[in-house]
Amino acid sequence: MRRLGSIVAPLCLALLLIVGWEAACRGFDVPPYLLPAPSAVGAALIHNAPTLAVAAWRTLVMALEALLAASLFACALALAVSLSRTVDQTVRPLAVALQVTPVVAIAPLIVIWAGIDHPGRAIVALAAIVAFFPIFSGAVRGLGAADPDLDRLFDLYGATPFQRLIRLRLPSAVPFLIEGHKVAAGLAIVGAVVAEFVAGSGGAQGLAWRILEAGRRLQTANMFAAILALALMAAALHVVFQALERRALVWWRGR
Amino acid sequence: MPSLPAIPIATLDAAEVSYPGRGPALGPFDLTLAAGEIVALVGPSGCGKSTALRLLAGLEAPSRGRVTRATARGETSLVFQAATLAPWLSAQANVALPLTLGGLAPGQAKQRALEALWRVGLRGAQSARPAQLSGGMAMRASLARALVTHPKLLLLDEPFAALDEITRRALADDVLAIWAEERPAIVFVTHNVEEAVYMAGRVVVMTPGPGRVAGEARVAAPTPRPHGFRTSELFRSAAERVSELLARAMGAAA
Repeated sequence: MRRLGSIVAPLCLALLLIVGWEAACRGFDVPPYLLPAPSAVGAALIHNAPTLAVAAWRTLVMALEALLAASLFACALALAVSLSRTVDQTVRPLAVALQVTPVVAIAPLIVIWAGIDHPGRAIVALAAIVAFFPIFSGAVRGLGAADPDLDRLFDLYGATPFQRLIRLRLPSAVPFLIEGHKVAAGLAIVGAVVAEFVAGSGGAQGLAWRILEAGRRLQTANMFAAILALALMAAALHVVFQALERRALVWWRGR
Repeated sequence: MPSLPAIPIATLDAAEVSYPGRGPALGPFDLTLAAGEIVALVGPSGCGKSTALRLLAGLEAPSRGRVTRATARGETSLVFQAATLAPWLSAQANVALPLTLGGLAPGQAKQRALEALWRVGLRGAQSARPAQLSGGMAMRASLARALVTHPKLLLLDEPFAALDEITRRALADDVLAIWAEERPAIVFVTHNVEEAVYMAGRVVVMTPGPGRVAGEARVAAPTPRPHGFRTSELFRSAAERVSELLARAMGAAA
């Protein structure tokens, strides 16, 4: 009953808002370039479905490539940082400086470095920068999160540093790594969209470009349709990663 | 226990531990532990009981004083208040851990882990993960991990504190039965006077932190304990002696 309510109630609210929106657009004669009616947005969504699907696929692929790159770099660096105090002290201030710098600010630079002809590369690089930090900080925290008593037992049993890493610290880090990747996946989408805005060229042909393009032509219904497609894609990715997280945690702790 | 050989397996000689910024945590504390004897350390929270155990285990060095240990690497085992099992490993793999870390072949380690699980009454639980075990079963697995190396010195740091009374009593009897087979020296840290008297041949009472020896009481009963020991006059008088020592230790501090 409660579960049914948790599905029905938000649906009712959404439906109510859509009906109100449609009525307001028709009743007050709102110009469609300012606020298109939901029916117009729906029509645009159906009409543009093939282009939007291709654009969404491009954005998704770029975000996932960025996630993969971020994961490799973040895990490798976290490992180096957790193994050596010197590396930690050397790298961490730089990492923090890069983290607090808004990605929008460094985007034009990355676009130049990637080559104006390769906006896709710049977008992947920028999204990877955004996705890097949750994985990095999760991995660093996880690698230091082993149960201190279990750590003492490894001392007692005379474990080598390599045994301690492979059999205690890495497995202890798994829940933190999973959480970091889940957060990073969402951020990779955000990063890809922001980067595509900043790159400001149609070369990558992602969803952000569709939004920009429709905006410049004042095709607001198309804009809404592209935003809706983006929201749906991000939500789907979130659901997938949440399911993966649950599976992985069950595998890790056996329940 | 007159049959015990008087070879000390470990001694703490005026051992002191202090941590930078936190001041003294233990001592000066003296303890001579004969091979095969069971000693209980009883004292108020924060008196340094666990610190004393870590000294005996060689996990910490004393800031002052001396620690001597007649055990080789792998001959000392430690059980904590929490089961401290790796959640990602099966009960069997957890128990095999001391052996595989020591370089024993995985097949042999698994076999010995299985035997250790049987000894603590965990037949059939070898593939369960720690999250699937009850508190008492997890503690038994933890005990099996400590026993799998056939230690000469077994250190128990409030191992039953998180368990219910029935499980706690059953585990106490199991530990004593296991002791009767292999006769490791056992140092047993507890808050519980009755538990200390039930388990140990010698109860050492500690003062509030930094803990020193406030006094000790001997419990002259056979181990494993005879049926009805908990209600015997011997048990009652020993528990009273320990309680008195504890009260005096606390009074002297106040």
